[in-house]
Amino acid sequence: MTTHHITVTVNGEVREADVEPRLLLVHFLRDTLGLTGTHVGCDTSNCGACTVHIDGESAKSCTRLAVQVDGCQIKTIEGMADEPHLHPLQQAFWDQHGLQCGFCTPGMIMQAAWLLGQNADPSETEIREGISGNLCRCTGYVNIVKSIQQAAAEMRAAAATQTGAPVAAG
Amino acid sequence: MIPGQFEYVRPADLTEALRILKDREGEAKLLSGGYSLLPLIKLRLAQPALLVDLRDVTGLDAISETDDDLRIGARATHRQVHEAAVVRDHYPLLRDVTAVIGDPQVRNWGTIGGSVAHADPASDWPAVLLATRATIVCRSQAGERVIAARDFFLDTFTTAIEPTEVLTEIRIPRRPRGAGGAYAKLERKVGDFATVAVASMIVLGAGGRIERAGIGLTAVAEAPFAATDAEAVLVGNAPSEELFRRAGAAAAAQSRPAGDVRGPIEYKRAMATELTVRSLRSAVDRARAYA
Repeated sequence: MTTHHITVTVNGEVREADVEPRLLLVHFLRDTLGLTGTHVGCDTSNCGACTVHIDGESAKSCTRLAVQVDGCQIKTIEGMADEPHLHPLQQAFWDQHGLQCGFCTPGMIMQAAWLLGQNADPSETEIREGISGNLCRCTGYVNIVKSIQQAAAEMRAAAATQTGAPVAAG
Repeated sequence: MIPGQFEYVRPADLTEALRILKDREGEAKLLSGGYSLLPLIKLRLAQPALLVDLRDVTGLDAISETDDDLRIGARATHRQVHEAAVVRDHYPLLRDVTAVIGDPQVRNWGTIGGSVAHADPASDWPAVLLATRATIVCRSQAGERVIAARDFFLDTFTTAIEPTEVLTEIRIPRRPRGAGGAYAKLERKVGDFATVAVASMIVLGAGGRIERAGIGLTAVAEAPFAATDAEAVLVGNAPSEELFRRAGAAAAAQSRPAGDVRGPIEYKRAMATELTVRSLRSAVDRARAYA
C-alpha cells in the first residue's frame, strides 16, 4: 500500500511521517508521535474524548485521517500548559473537581478552549451546548460547567490586564 | 476501529477531481468533512478503493442570495451556513437545522454537500430540501445538471448523483414575504440522529389561507420523503390546529418507519404526526411574522 509523506505542526513543533491513507489522526498522534493525552473513547465520533484543534477549530480526531491534516496546525492537550503553569482550564478543572476518572478530560478541555475562543463569556446554556459533543460518565457535568466558568472569568481578567481595557460582556 | 485499505488523492481543483472520477468511475468516493463517510468506512460498511479529498478544491463554499435562490456551496460547513448573515436574517428554517446537526465539532467540519450526497436516511438536511423544493447542482466533465430535491433521494444512501459527478451547490428558492418554515426534530439525546424529524415550509396567500405547502420527513422511511398527501390537505385552507392534525395524520400515513432502538413502528408513526403538527405551527407563525 502506498504511503503518503505528511508534514504537520503539532503543538508548535513540525512533525513529519510516512503514513498509510487509512491511519486515523488520533492513532497518528498517539502511536506515531507518542502524544497519548488524546484519548480514544467511543471511536465513532460520539463521545468527544479525542477532540483536538485543527487549524484552530475543534475536531474529533477519531474521524479524521492523518493524510487529511497534511500541512495543518494541530493542538492537543499536551500543548495547553505554559510550563510550569497549567492552562487556566486545566487549573480550573483541578480546582472545581471537573473530573473524576479523567478519561473525557483532555477532550473536554480542548472543546472548552475552542468554545472560549469563540465566546469569552458564555452563559451556562452556551457552555452546555458548546460541550454537547463531549460525554462524561462520572461528573454529571455540573463541576465541568463550573470549571469552564472559572477559567472563562480568569481568562477575561487576564485579557483585560494585558490590554488595559475592560472586556465587554457577552 | 481500523479502516480497510484504500488509496487517497487530493486534487488541486474541480477539473482534476472530475477527471479522477471519470478515470476511476465507480471506484472513487469523495471526501469532504468526512463525518458521515469515515464512520461508515471504519465500520467497513463502505469500502471505496479510492478517496478523493476535496480539501484543496476552493470556491465551493460561497453562500449568497440571488433574485431566485439562496445558493449554498456544497463545501460550506454546517457552521458556515448557521453563521451566514443572510441565513440568520431570513431563513430560520435553516437555522433550526444547523443548530441540531451532530454536535459543535461535527458542525465545524461537516459540509452540507457531503451530508446531502451521503443521504443517510435519518440525516437532517434532506427533509429541508424536500420541504423547500430545493434543487441540487451536480457537475461532471460532461457539464452541469440541476436536479430537483424531490427527484434526488432514491433510496437508503442512494441518490441521483452519477459516479462521475460532484455535487457543487444547493439552491433553495428565495423566501418570499408571507412565507415561513420550521424544522422539528425528536432525538433521544442531543447530537443523535433523528427518531423522527419534519421540515415544513408554508406560504400564506390573500386572506391568510395556505397558498403553498412543502413538508419533508426524515428517519421514518428507507429514504427521506416529501409528504405530498399532507401538502394537499393544507393547500387552499386557513391554518388551524385541526388542519395541522389532519396534515400530520396524512404525513404519518405516508411514512414507512422501521422499528429499532429508537422505538417501535407505532410510536414513530405517532411522533411523525406530532412533529408535523409542531413544525407547521411554527412555520405558520413565522410566515405571519414575515408579511
